[in-house]
Amino acid sequence: MEIKTMKRVDIIFAMEGVDPVKVVENAIKRDQDDIILDMIDSGLKGRGGAGFPTGLKWKFTRNEDSLEKYVICNADEGEPGTFKDREILDRVSEKVFAGMAICGYTIGAREGFIYLRGEYNFLLKKLNQKLSVFNAAMKKLGLDFVIEICSGSGAYICGEESALFESMEGKRGEPRNKPPYPTVSGYLGKPTVINNVETLVYACMINRLGAEEFKALGTKDSRGSKVFSISGDTPNAGIYELELGMTVDSFVQEFGDGDTKAVQVGGAAGGCVPRKQFTDTVIGYEGIPTGGSMMLFNSTRSMYNVLHDYLEFFTEESCEQCTPCRVGCQQLLMGIEMIKRGERTPAYLEDLKKLAKTMKISAKCGLGQSVANPFVSIVNNFKEEIIY
Amino acid sequence: MADVQKIIGDAVKVHGTERKALMPILQAIVQEKNYLSDEDMISVANVLDLSSAEVFGTASFYTFLDTEERGEYVVRVCKTISCHMAGKDEVINALEKNLKIKAGETTVDKKFTLLTANCLGWCHKGPVMLVNDEVYPELTPQKAVEIIQEHKNR
Repeated sequence: MEIKTMKRVDIIFAMEGVDPVKVVENAIKRDQDDIILDMIDSGLKGRGGAGFPTGLKWKFTRNEDSLEKYVICNADEGEPGTFKDREILDRVSEKVFAGMAICGYTIGAREGFIYLRGEYNFLLKKLNQKLSVFNAAMKKLGLDFVIEICSGSGAYICGEESALFESMEGKRGEPRNKPPYPTVSGYLGKPTVINNVETLVYACMINRLGAEEFKALGTKDSRGSKVFSISGDTPNAGIYELELGMTVDSFVQEFGDGDTKAVQVGGAAGGCVPRKQFTDTVIGYEGIPTGGSMMLFNSTRSMYNVLHDYLEFFTEESCEQCTPCRVGCQQLLMGIEMIKRGERTPAYLEDLKKLAKTMKISAKCGLGQSVANPFVSIVNNFKEEIIY
Repeated sequence: MADVQKIIGDAVKVHGTERKALMPILQAIVQEKNYLSDEDMISVANVLDLSSAEVFGTASFYTFLDTEERGEYVVRVCKTISCHMAGKDEVINALEKNLKIKAGETTVDKKFTLLTANCLGWCHKGPVMLVNDEVYPELTPQKAVEIIQEHKNR
């Protein structure tokens, strides 16, 4: 397997020599299919966590026959341990707008929306000011594309794309059945490209730098770099853009506090990597994928408390629409509490693991399906801490 | 007292009366008075030609669209893992003591509501809290109390 060592990269936040409006101007001189070929060739996958190839998403939406299409920037960043999108929107929002405009031109959309989580309302004023300048610049270029901001109101589940559409349509943020996928039927039932904030900046930069430069970074399965949000027991908490394909070990050597016993990769919905697996686990789509959240825990932390926090989080944030998730989250939480209090034998953990695995195949959306990731990985690796 | 009819009227001018206008209209009311009363939701339902149950059903889904009376300043302390590890319990204890209420309650003078919230997106600078839309990262119990004190004097 191809493995990279930890390396810092500066594509997302770099503004020197980058004029986002100019990037759009150059892009719209090109044929739409050429842009899509470049995007596919770059190997860029969605940076929100799910990792769907961005170029294909654009291609499928472009191929749909519809007068109305939409581009949506998913800025409902809510995964515990993730804070990169806030920083990107705060520092380089024009690059996000440019990615959206290029996407709009490519797929044939005239309207774009940024769904900004309510917790980031303090960014609204500044973003709206920058947007009015950008929208005017697009008009001047002769590109029929306008971006607007929609606000969320405090619901983690609205980061799930179909729940986000429901919310934008003025409804409860309850995920829809898939298929149909957003590329066919998204916002208001129209073909929609929905991309993460960071993905759109990479889309802008692939148009600026070319697919080759992006592709030169990372591994065969995980092209390019990625913005990581690093928190927990680390002397260097913050936001870092790193090349994909490094091992957890190489990451911990740079960011750990010397006593790291586990790293939770991908937030509450991600998996927990214990120390003994650091050297064998690659951070990327071939190993352990992440939307950017990296939480480090040292030996003073109780992994029972960590798991308990995650389960409480999911129990509260479940939309409670489907039974596996609504009941499953509650039972997992109650289950580990009962084992801790000695009201159930440790063998009960096996039943709970079965329940988590059932949720993985039966829950309606990614929230319920991913609860098994932290549950099984923490229980398997830190069983003693959960029981005693 | 906020004139809710006027807020709804102004929001309708911008967002129209289609269903997709519902969230921005509810958000505009909450922006002004921090919660949605039954009467407010019925007014919105009438203007958008929806059943009031639909409006309540939508509002009650979202944490920030409160349907219970809230204080002038809604304080939300992040309780998710990174902030937990950084000491959110001490911050909440200090605020409870200072405001003489428990988390989830509103002060008698209706000035403050103290709530906990799930991840606010400041995990590298926890503990963090929001006071209405304003964010206050890197808190200590003392710093949190000072911020509240400053709002008391506003």
